[in-house]
Amino acid sequence: MDIFLQQIINGLVQGSIYALVALGYTMVYGIMGLINFAHGEVVMIGTLVTITVTGTLIKAGMPVALAGLAGVSVSVLVCIALGWGLERIAYRPLRGAPRLTPLITAIGMSIVLQNLAMIVWGRNYMTFPAFLPKIDYEFAGANFTAVQIVIVLVSAATMGGLLLLVYRTKLGMAMRATAQNPAVASLMGVNINRVIAAAFIIGSALGAVAGVMVGSYYEIAHYQMGFMLGLKAFTAAVLGGIGNLGGAMAGGILLGLIEALGAGYIGDLTGGFLGSHYQDIFAFIVLIGVLMFRPSGLFGEKTGDRA
Amino acid sequence: MHAKLSVVALSVITAFALSACGQKEEPKPVAAPITPAAPAAKPEVVVKLGHVAPMTGPQAHLGKDNEYGALLAVEELNAQGLEIGGAKVKFELVAEDDQADPKQGSIVAQKLVDAKVNGVIGHLNSGTTIPASKLYADAGIPQVSGSATNPKYTQQGFATAFRVMANDVQQGKALGEFAAKQGVKSVAIVDDRTAYGQGLADEFKKAAEASGLKVVATEYTNDKATDFKAILTKIKSKKAELVFFGGMDAQGGPMAKQMKELGIKAKFLGGDGVCTPEFMKLGGPASEGQYCSLPGMPLEKLAKGPEFKDKFGKKFGAEIQLYSPYVYDAVMVVADSMKRANSVEPAKYLPEIGKTKYDGVTALIEFDQFGDLKGGAISVYQYKGGKLEYVETLGGGGPVDSAKAEVKEAVAEVKEAAQAVAGAATTAGANAVKAGAEAVKSAAEATKSAVEKK
Repeated sequence: MDIFLQQIINGLVQGSIYALVALGYTMVYGIMGLINFAHGEVVMIGTLVTITVTGTLIKAGMPVALAGLAGVSVSVLVCIALGWGLERIAYRPLRGAPRLTPLITAIGMSIVLQNLAMIVWGRNYMTFPAFLPKIDYEFAGANFTAVQIVIVLVSAATMGGLLLLVYRTKLGMAMRATAQNPAVASLMGVNINRVIAAAFIIGSALGAVAGVMVGSYYEIAHYQMGFMLGLKAFTAAVLGGIGNLGGAMAGGILLGLIEALGAGYIGDLTGGFLGSHYQDIFAFIVLIGVLMFRPSGLFGEKTGDRA
Repeated sequence: MHAKLSVVALSVITAFALSACGQKEEPKPVAAPITPAAPAAKPEVVVKLGHVAPMTGPQAHLGKDNEYGALLAVEELNAQGLEIGGAKVKFELVAEDDQADPKQGSIVAQKLVDAKVNGVIGHLNSGTTIPASKLYADAGIPQVSGSATNPKYTQQGFATAFRVMANDVQQGKALGEFAAKQGVKSVAIVDDRTAYGQGLADEFKKAAEASGLKVVATEYTNDKATDFKAILTKIKSKKAELVFFGGMDAQGGPMAKQMKELGIKAKFLGGDGVCTPEFMKLGGPASEGQYCSLPGMPLEKLAKGPEFKDKFGKKFGAEIQLYSPYVYDAVMVVADSMKRANSVEPAKYLPEIGKTKYDGVTALIEFDQFGDLKGGAISVYQYKGGKLEYVETLGGGGPVDSAKAEVKEAVAEVKEAAQAVAGAATTAGANAVKAGAEAVKSAAEATKSAVEKK
């Protein structure tokens, strides 16, 4: 039982990270019907920027916590600029183009960002400065750390903030209106370009936070780390129903749990026929399953016409 | 005063001239194929040995180290003034750079084949050695590597492929036996599903089970993963006392860290892939006390090691990086085989390499039917206080065999002494007998101490 609890904790933490990244996918998709495959790379750059800034400040003698805070702030700003720039340079000129064009551009941008990061930060693994205190806890036989608690709490707080923004502010209303019908929203006086830019900016800021969380959780980072993370978060978004905020959150946490429990128990359940090396494959099994049997996802109400 | 100055000047000039000669003797790859035999009174045969290692890029320091090892051997051989097949033999090194890149490795291998080298020393990396070995095999050119550890290199069935270092199969086996000696009952195995990690883990498993350990979990990850919590949690539930990881430091470090976070008390053990400073960097405090292994033995523990280190330092003014003693031995093995075959022709001396029994710097070199080192040594290290600390050496022909040889010598001494006793008894005198008895006693003591030394 303690092992089951441990796997739930593992999945919950991992899932919180997926959820936060998935929000970036789902917001952009919900508003403009684009799958921004470069989002995983935004997260990666968020992590690497934090490492550089925090590391430099710690070396310069700044207190660790302060340096960490500065690193996170700079990283969020850089990612906001990156998200806004991406939208401006890569996607806005293609507005109105066939759906496939911006999709291919997104994949292209993902490759460009990966290579850019490789040039700037090199090919080696980098260590993430540990700016959270190292405290281990034990509860009913399960172990967890301060970092894990912070990840779940920050993730929940960020998601709550996003829900407030979307459902309680004017910008949120404009976003929802644009998602419903861009043409009509535009006629009602909504500045579509500004709303789309806002979606990219908010998504990228969430991505930066997720990047910092991934970095502080595993304490290592690499220029290729965004790719798989992005794909899994995309799967989480599809699982929850892409375009649906609550769906992305639920999908992310669900996917984290599926992975942890799957990798932990599949070997025993299948008598060793399937093993833990399927940990990364669960996400894609889920993706294929959802697309086949419930294209609108678990919580999506839209039909599959836009997918 | 003048005389002193001129002596100094002369010696400086001589030194310069000598060093210039030394540089000239380093054959340039382009010039090598057309290097004519130097005119000499006696017929002189030039033996061209190809040497391949990365000389550019991030592994250039290792490549240079390998080349130094080969150069040292070649110079010593030339100084010996060997005669093979009735002709004076001069060894020449044809050095090539493969940039640790398989494609480039095959290109320079073809170059060496076209240059009709008598043998090849190298390459450094398994990734370049394996594709290149086919070219050498097709051309019938013997190849001895001092550093490529992937078992596949010698398992392709090429009669020309040899290696003077323990391979990953031997490493896995030694680690399995080491684990059993740690007093643990159960182990969990994780590998990264690469040729290296999987091979190492499989061999470890075999050896661990053969030593009576219980493998309670076999889990897999990949060489890009960062999250091991799910599989480690499972390992925790199986109460493994030791976790073996077949893979590289980029996964091993975080794995050790996550083990600690999950409250797993088991020790972490890995192969040479995690025996790096990088492991400590990524694992942080969790790397403390963990074990890893490297093929070969620390030089200080070898009979001829300190002497080699001394020669190497004097000659090149550099520290030994990693594999140069092995490369040195590789050259010596080739020369030794040529001597025994009394020929420098690849076809003639190749069969002799397989019969090698050469007491080298790194080990007593003998090959099995695949061309692998018999009983290759594996050394286990432990991370302690941010450093790799030597623990012990497993397997290996080096010290064990030399101890055996000492025992043999001692036995011969006893025999001699016994004969002396017999002789003394027949000639005359109790004194002589007494002396003989003393000789027996001292010889017996020599035997005893030799055995104890072992």
